[in-house]
Amino acid sequence: MKVQFPKITVWRAIFAAIMLSGLAATYLRVMYGLGGSTNMSDKFPWGLWIGFDVMCGVALAAGGFTLVAMVHIFNVEAYKPVLRPAILTAFLGYSLVVVGLLFDLGRPDRLWHPLVMWNPHSVMFEVAWCVTLYTTVLFLEFLPMVFEKFGMHKPLEWIHRISVPLMILGVLLSTLHQSSLGSLFLIVPEKLYPLWYTPILPLLFWVSAIAVGLAMTIFESWHSSRAFGRALELPLLASMGRVLAVLMSVYLWIRFLDMSHRHVFGLLGRNRTETWLFGLEIALMAIPAVLLFQAKVRMRPGALYACAVMVVFGVITNRLNVGITGLEAGSGTHYFPKWSEVAVTLSIVAAGFAIFHFVAQNFPVFEGHPHEAALAELEETEEDPVVV
Amino acid sequence: MSKAILYDSTLCIGCKACEGGCAERWGLPYNDKIAAEETISAHKLTAVETHGERYSRRLCMNCQQPACASVCPVGALQKTALGPVVYDADKCMGCRYCMQACPFQVPTYEWDKRLPKMRKCDMCSDRQIKGKQTACAEACPVGATVCGERDELLTEARKRIAEKPGGYYNKVYGVQEVGGTSVLYLSAVPFEQIGLRTNVPMEALPETTWRVLELVPDVVSTGTVMLGGIWWITNRRAEVAKKEGRRK
Repeated sequence: MKVQFPKITVWRAIFAAIMLSGLAATYLRVMYGLGGSTNMSDKFPWGLWIGFDVMCGVALAAGGFTLVAMVHIFNVEAYKPVLRPAILTAFLGYSLVVVGLLFDLGRPDRLWHPLVMWNPHSVMFEVAWCVTLYTTVLFLEFLPMVFEKFGMHKPLEWIHRISVPLMILGVLLSTLHQSSLGSLFLIVPEKLYPLWYTPILPLLFWVSAIAVGLAMTIFESWHSSRAFGRALELPLLASMGRVLAVLMSVYLWIRFLDMSHRHVFGLLGRNRTETWLFGLEIALMAIPAVLLFQAKVRMRPGALYACAVMVVFGVITNRLNVGITGLEAGSGTHYFPKWSEVAVTLSIVAAGFAIFHFVAQNFPVFEGHPHEAALAELEETEEDPVVV
Repeated sequence: MSKAILYDSTLCIGCKACEGGCAERWGLPYNDKIAAEETISAHKLTAVETHGERYSRRLCMNCQQPACASVCPVGALQKTALGPVVYDADKCMGCRYCMQACPFQVPTYEWDKRLPKMRKCDMCSDRQIKGKQTACAEACPVGATVCGERDELLTEARKRIAEKPGGYYNKVYGVQEVGGTSVLYLSAVPFEQIGLRTNVPMEALPETTWRVLELVPDVVSTGTVMLGGIWWITNRRAEVAKKEGRRK
């Protein structure tokens, strides 16, 4: 019998390099603690692992609840083909957030403490409970794909029976913790730069999470259509693009009103890092919002994809600004992540892509597409760059 | 009645006896090198700072309504009725939200340990329970740091200002800052000149998050009814459409 080694490709080499650096960083984290593996300090206690892995991770996984609400609660049947990939992304996203937390917590062995030791006055306590419960809900929403694959009809029936309350619960939990990630920062009015600090942070976080959930769905569909040689669901994605344009406009309008009520437009005249980062963030959200209102743009796959990517990066910039850069001046210090922090973050993202690819290959994730045909096509497109 | 500390920076001679007393109480090493450090850290829970010719002390303010205790997801931090804000290291999972939330950047972390803890001054809670003074107040040779009932110390502070108006800046720091603190400061100059934060809000910080958190039950109840209702309507509509479609 011949042992077959996987073909070495550029992307697999990059993946291996990232995972190796992540392994080295993990060694550093375990042996030398947070001090040896991160650039966090007493004055800057939250770094990349909270700012990106948790804050962005949760936001980018919002497609799960957005689409569940649209398809099963608002009964928009047309979006059904992209529901399962969105649920899978969300389930993976949340699981990886937990992995990120295992790196970030000083005592990862006590991850379960908030479930037993309560403090209902803490936003973090609420987030911990919501994320735990919602990850469970996502697991249950993902299970049908496993049951279908192995032809387990009985359990499939059970899951279907509880599916409606489960979905409503999922949407509620998401609403709560997506907004609460913004509420986390309400406690630092004197630290967070006024371009970002506002009492309505929770509302802004919630609306932008819904929007980025749709953007991520477009992003995923585009990549999976290339990776698995599926036809792109263009009319569906284009209509999603229109909803995205409306959502982004609403979001930007709320932000504009809020800033005018707080009289902070004067800050934009200052030549500071914060001003430029704020400009970048708004541009990454406003440009796609304007573009997506045009049918011509929406119907061109490349342009639609570019807009979705801009929204994704806009929301990432927002979360990083609130969680990291907007806090630097108020904390009286500078923070730049250490290589090992970046390595762990990249490894988590890369693992997410790889696991998604594996599951999408082996389980009925993409509905309405014959599974065997997808597999056959896989052979030739497997080394596609961004495998998701 | 709750305990407090009054620190009068006009009396302080910068001898750092308070630092030594504090280190001893916590069983932390103290030597010339550590004495030279002017910032608080996991191995130095109070620090004397030099601001030109003046001195100031950093230590946990043991706020009346502490942000750290309100944000701690596991309730490892508690404001005791006696005054001190105490920390239970056995509960702490190391999320460091207390450090992020503290308006005075007081909590510090044992960054280099494999099983780290947060460290901060707890106003010698164990000593105060026994009716003793804090270690720093006991160590102070000139009475710049005194310990006692908050009300009495506040009266004392105002008396000092009234008796010697030229010698003091006409305010007591810690009366209103973040809703009041258990450490009160007197100074000859405006407080920012001795390194105190004057940009902190005058309201208690836990209010900022509680305003949102108290809405959670409303969101859950209203949300359940709304989502359930919408589902029922859309689902019913789809059923009807299906049946009518079949009849044709």
